Amino acid sequence: MTSPLEQKKIRITGPSVVTANRTWDGAVVYRTAQKGWSTELADAATVGTSDDARVLLAEATADDVGAVGAYVAPVDLKDGGKIQPGNLREHIRAKGVTIDLRVPA
Amino acid sequence: MYAYDELDRTLINERVSEFRDQVKRRLSGELTEDEFKLLRLQNGVYLQLHAYMFRVAIPYGTLSSKQLRRLAHVARRYDRGYGHFTTRQNIQFNWIKLAELPDALADLAEVGIHAMQTSGNNMRNVTSDQWAGVAPGEIEDPRIWSELIRQHTTLHPEFSFLPRKFKIAITASEHDRAAIKIHDIGLRLHRNADGETGFEVLVGGGLGRTPFIAKTIKPFVNGRDVLSYIEAILRVYNQYGRRDNIYKARIKILVHELGIEKFAREVDEEWKQMGDTELRLDRAAIEEVRSRFSYPLYEKLPHMPDELKQAAHDPLFERWRRNSVAPHKVQGYSIVTLSLKPVGGPPGDATAEQMDAVADLADKYSFGEIRVGHEQNLALPHVAKRDLPALFKALDRLGLATPNVNLVTDIIACPGLDYCSLANARSIPIAQELTRRFANHDTAGLIGRLHINISGCINACGHHHVGHIGILGVEKNGEEFYQITIGGRADENAQMGTLIGPAVPYAEVADVVEDIVEAYLALRDRPEELFVDTVKRLGVEPFKERVYATR
Amino acid sequence: MPLVKQGSITTDLFVHVADGTELPGDGAILVTSERFLADPEALLRRAGKTGVIWPNNRDLDDLVPYLDRLATVALVFPTFRDGRAYSQARLLRERHGYDGELRATGQVLRDQFVFMTRAGFDAFEVKKEADAAAFAETMKRYSVFYQPTGDGRLTALNRRMQQRHSESAGQ
Repeated sequence: MTSPLEQKKIRITGPSVVTANRTWDGAVVYRTAQKGWSTELADAATVGTSDDARVLLAEATADDVGAVGAYVAPVDLKDGGKIQPGNLREHIRAKGVTIDLRVPA
Repeated sequence: MYAYDELDRTLINERVSEFRDQVKRRLSGELTEDEFKLLRLQNGVYLQLHAYMFRVAIPYGTLSSKQLRRLAHVARRYDRGYGHFTTRQNIQFNWIKLAELPDALADLAEVGIHAMQTSGNNMRNVTSDQWAGVAPGEIEDPRIWSELIRQHTTLHPEFSFLPRKFKIAITASEHDRAAIKIHDIGLRLHRNADGETGFEVLVGGGLGRTPFIAKTIKPFVNGRDVLSYIEAILRVYNQYGRRDNIYKARIKILVHELGIEKFAREVDEEWKQMGDTELRLDRAAIEEVRSRFSYPLYEKLPHMPDELKQAAHDPLFERWRRNSVAPHKVQGYSIVTLSLKPVGGPPGDATAEQMDAVADLADKYSFGEIRVGHEQNLALPHVAKRDLPALFKALDRLGLATPNVNLVTDIIACPGLDYCSLANARSIPIAQELTRRFANHDTAGLIGRLHINISGCINACGHHHVGHIGILGVEKNGEEFYQITIGGRADENAQMGTLIGPAVPYAEVADVVEDIVEAYLALRDRPEELFVDTVKRLGVEPFKERVYATR
Repeated sequence: MPLVKQGSITTDLFVHVADGTELPGDGAILVTSERFLADPEALLRRAGKTGVIWPNNRDLDDLVPYLDRLATVALVFPTFRDGRAYSQARLLRERHGYDGELRATGQVLRDQFVFMTRAGFDAFEVKKEADAAAFAETMKRYSVFYQPTGDGRLTALNRRMQQRHSESAGQ
């Protein structure tokens, strides 16, 4: 996954959301249509064009106190419109690590 | 052990108060993220995929049992009950909340632990041999010097905003366990012809996207002058290191672009100009720091106690002893490595319960002392040989007696895409799968010493370039692929591995490694010939053929 | 932009004179290094104090001959992340014996005050009003220092050795 930290020009090719980490605790959050943040991907505002993505990102970035490191991330709407992460990186951010954390001693 | 005095304690408490104020200003919006980012990094706080990540320093890899218990407390109270030991004698917590960080730092400060400069473009944790002070044949304890350098470079008013991060490692043994040749400055303690103690100074090593093995800049710098010489190097770097491109900002690039001779002349010129500075360490100053390292009162013990003779009948004990127990400079004692690489487990992770239990074992069997090595394992540095059987039983119950130290399953791995915001691909699941493939420790023992290193991106936190087998995660069209190198090494004969061919997909990595290992077993000219030596003798071709013939 | 000297906000007597603009007849001026080096003697002869803004990538050797006649040297932090001016400050103070005003300019923020002071700065063009007001308070953050610089503060090692000395003398 190319790190979105290196995201320069915004050009989306499918449905996308804006995501960041909440400032006080670092939790993964998504930008909502109500101009707030939610920890649920289901609450995220989705955009379909690069222009809309730019607008949503600009709004999100303007809130420097609420959340940090905002960027545009792909999502998948195939499953009956339910928002799913669009790549492995976002899958891991939304659902957690892919590994068994601890082996029983 | 180094004992903090009132001044050290005051300084870290002042640092905690300062950071508390900075966090408060950040959360109120007084500081922007752009302004705050560097301040948090200088206190070891990253923002990763899921949360903030908190990196705590374990200077030169030495911990007391009390300190380890406090790390366990932080894991439990502020995180999710475990921590990850890194390749630079740090521990990382993956789920910490910014708002709670000042409290976590305050709890750590009470036992003399800090997170100063574990990140950011400043001097990072000064690392050393995890067997320092106990390894047979060592010139002297390198931690005295590590501590002198640690103090000198902590909150240094001139060098806290360098072009890029800066890492120093020190060794005092023939065999380099501190990987000094892949550091910005590597220091090798030795004696000159006049019997004076000093350092061979190496500079410009490092991995990442432009890997270099460090070059010798001065074969001998007297110990008393080591701070001023380091200061001269840092001053030249601070002024001339590139700041226009983050990928070219490390000192290795400056050394490479100027050439080592010209760089050395610049440093020498600056050093000469510094003249007889206050940085020259007189004997009393060195003794002052030395006096605050305490050493155990060892007993006079037999080389081969009865307990050991009896336990030799237990094959499981014997297998573990031969693998994980190393000679100690004092007769009757041993250095015991605790593998944090259980089959199927994430390399370098320890739970709060394991940390507490190891602290108890250290109190019982190792004069309350624990070590952390760059291979992401722990060690108990002063275990009486008569206690080895009892210790083995206790470690085995904790899952810390896997007899795989330095073997194919003793894998060094970065956190990878499961945690890290820079990663392109996952590291930990690859390591876990490999440990399952080579789960038979007897087979692993027959394969012999073989280091596998895995990094999830080109930044190389898993030191893949210097793995005997190196695995680098890359991304191709949204899929995880892995480049495989062989023949690298991180010790006194450090060198970069050679790429064997095109990257392979996630699902094939373990098969490829198995092929490489099978090829080695068929090709080695005798069982004692190590993997790296076979690669050196034959080159990569036969391995390449084996791997790609059917792919 | 507030100027902090001797721990508090003060009036800046120096006028920043941009290149290509006319010099005031008298009064204290701050000029760029290019303008200064074009004709240093003329500038130093005029009535009124002269200060130079010295970029962080310019060799100090060109400045050293004039140090005893300059009223201020302003070093530059293009961003607070760029630490070259710390080295320049120490060299001016500790190697070249400069004892006039040493001014920090550019992105000068609260959390760098202690480092800057230790490196030899004694005047600060502070970016934010609130940071300038907090100067004295911020300087109290630290009482222990590990490394010797030219600022005269005792290092931890100095204090330890003194303590040892007094302990052994008292026995």
